[in-house]
Amino acid sequence: MKITSIQDETPTIKTFTFHDKLSANAKLGQFVMIWIPGVDEVPMSLSALNPDENQAAITSERVGEATKALHEMQVEDTIGVRGPFGNGYKISKARNVMIVGGGTGLASLAPLADWLARDKARITFLLGGLTHNRLLFLDRVNLLLSMFNGRVTATTEDGSYGLKGLVTEPAETMLNKGEKFDMIYTCGPEQMIYKMFLLAEKFHTPFQASLERFMRCAIGLCGTCVIGKYRVCRDGPVFSGRQLREVKDEFGHFRRGFDGRKTML
Amino acid sequence: MSNRLAVEIAGLHLSNPTMLAAGILGLSGSSLREAVKNGAGAVVTKSIGLKPRVGYANPAVVQVNCGLLNALGLPNPGAKDFAEEIKELKKDGLSVPIIASVFGFSSEEFAKAASILARAGADAVELNVSCPHVKKTGSEIGQSPTLVAEVVERVKSAVDKPVIVKLTPNVADIVEVAKAGVKAGADAVAAINTVRAMAIDIETAQPILANNIGGLSGSAMKPIAVRCVYEIYDSVDVPIIGCGGVTDWQDAVEFMLGGASAVQIGTAIASEGLGVFKSITRGIDSYIRKKGFRSVKDIVGLSHRR
Repeated sequence: MKITSIQDETPTIKTFTFHDKLSANAKLGQFVMIWIPGVDEVPMSLSALNPDENQAAITSERVGEATKALHEMQVEDTIGVRGPFGNGYKISKARNVMIVGGGTGLASLAPLADWLARDKARITFLLGGLTHNRLLFLDRVNLLLSMFNGRVTATTEDGSYGLKGLVTEPAETMLNKGEKFDMIYTCGPEQMIYKMFLLAEKFHTPFQASLERFMRCAIGLCGTCVIGKYRVCRDGPVFSGRQLREVKDEFGHFRRGFDGRKTML
Repeated sequence: MSNRLAVEIAGLHLSNPTMLAAGILGLSGSSLREAVKNGAGAVVTKSIGLKPRVGYANPAVVQVNCGLLNALGLPNPGAKDFAEEIKELKKDGLSVPIIASVFGFSSEEFAKAASILARAGADAVELNVSCPHVKKTGSEIGQSPTLVAEVVERVKSAVDKPVIVKLTPNVADIVEVAKAGVKAGADAVAAINTVRAMAIDIETAQPILANNIGGLSGSAMKPIAVRCVYEIYDSVDVPIIGCGGVTDWQDAVEFMLGGASAVQIGTAIASEGLGVFKSITRGIDSYIRKKGFRSVKDIVGLSHRR
């Protein structure tokens, strides 16, 4: 597939838009396997869906060899796209939702918010990043929720923008104050997701989280991405609070490497 | 469904003739348990070697029209770590046999890994002398009847569990290799592993797999695998496990008529889901009832009758 446009989101994060009918019609929260020819193939969330123009986008932070090579690509360059894969977010009749995203976890949450906002849900959107520079989709979310029903709270770990600290802290404050939500959607670092899971359990709030694992086949065969009895590529990447309770020995504690060995989180 | 579906393979009791194939899931105890819960009559683990291996870089899998290519490169946590997964799995009791797939870069490594996993509780070992994309093991051993015999003998003397030898189709005469394995003491034969294959991207003119060459599985394999089972059936006196492109119950029945006592299922899980074990078992059951057989054992090798 040809890259049709590239947008700088932050100094280390770019969005790549490409032409692909299947991806453009993906369900919210599904992912694709992006092949950077000669380098690697990596799983990525779809960060924008535009079925009218058969375009979709991925948003990637430059972190390793694969994403470095991706970041060096230009418009008209070719990437391979397999998918979309996975289950995606369940869109319930939730009218009052909390969305909590950290880092590039915001990639899958932004299109979800686009959809929910237009579906007239009230959205409390909490975004977290290490620094102001690395706060993804701040403008996009601010713009969206200025047009629709919602509010935005941003946090940075160094205090360079918004509240200083972790994104889970304002979430906890709101829940402690007795605010009720029909659903919490979250994606980001697993420790953040785990903290939100504990809060959702404590406040008996329905919960969906999109998890990340090393992946290879993406079609439920190779076993690389397993968490307990679930395959993240096939049974996930989005899991409910009930499902995460079933794998609580593993979720938030360790992940498996490509060799199947456990690494503590 | 009753014990008319039960089969015996090398002393292993299977409540139905469907097995999880090696290399599919099987990297953790909990994913093996999930295959059991979904009705597999036995499960085979990912191929385990003496030392941990991360395998090849991605892309390690390519979906093609007629099947699937993979070059994972034998990723595994090593026999010592994986022994813990087997112990964990057996701890709460497991209703079906667990078969440890084993590979090595020498017959001694095969024997050591097999012995660690057998002691951890594996009910049998399956020797992967047929992986088509890792040098100095797999099909480089499996293409030589002499080397296959050496590995089988060495493992047989190291473990007191049944030994299954999994064969490669990437040979001129698979019967010769099967015979050598059985003569050396193999208690059963699994046929076949994947066929050496590759895919090239026409846009970038590059091989897609990071390893360039991998193995083909899925529907395209079935006629090749059925032929291999059919040929082997006439020349060995141990059970054969059919493997290669089994997607529905008709495929399973075809393999059994060709001489397989059981079938291994892998790639079909991508299209059919884990429910494939139950749906194939149900299909075999109604086939044998409709045809008036008392047991699934009665159809094994039936196509050889003249």
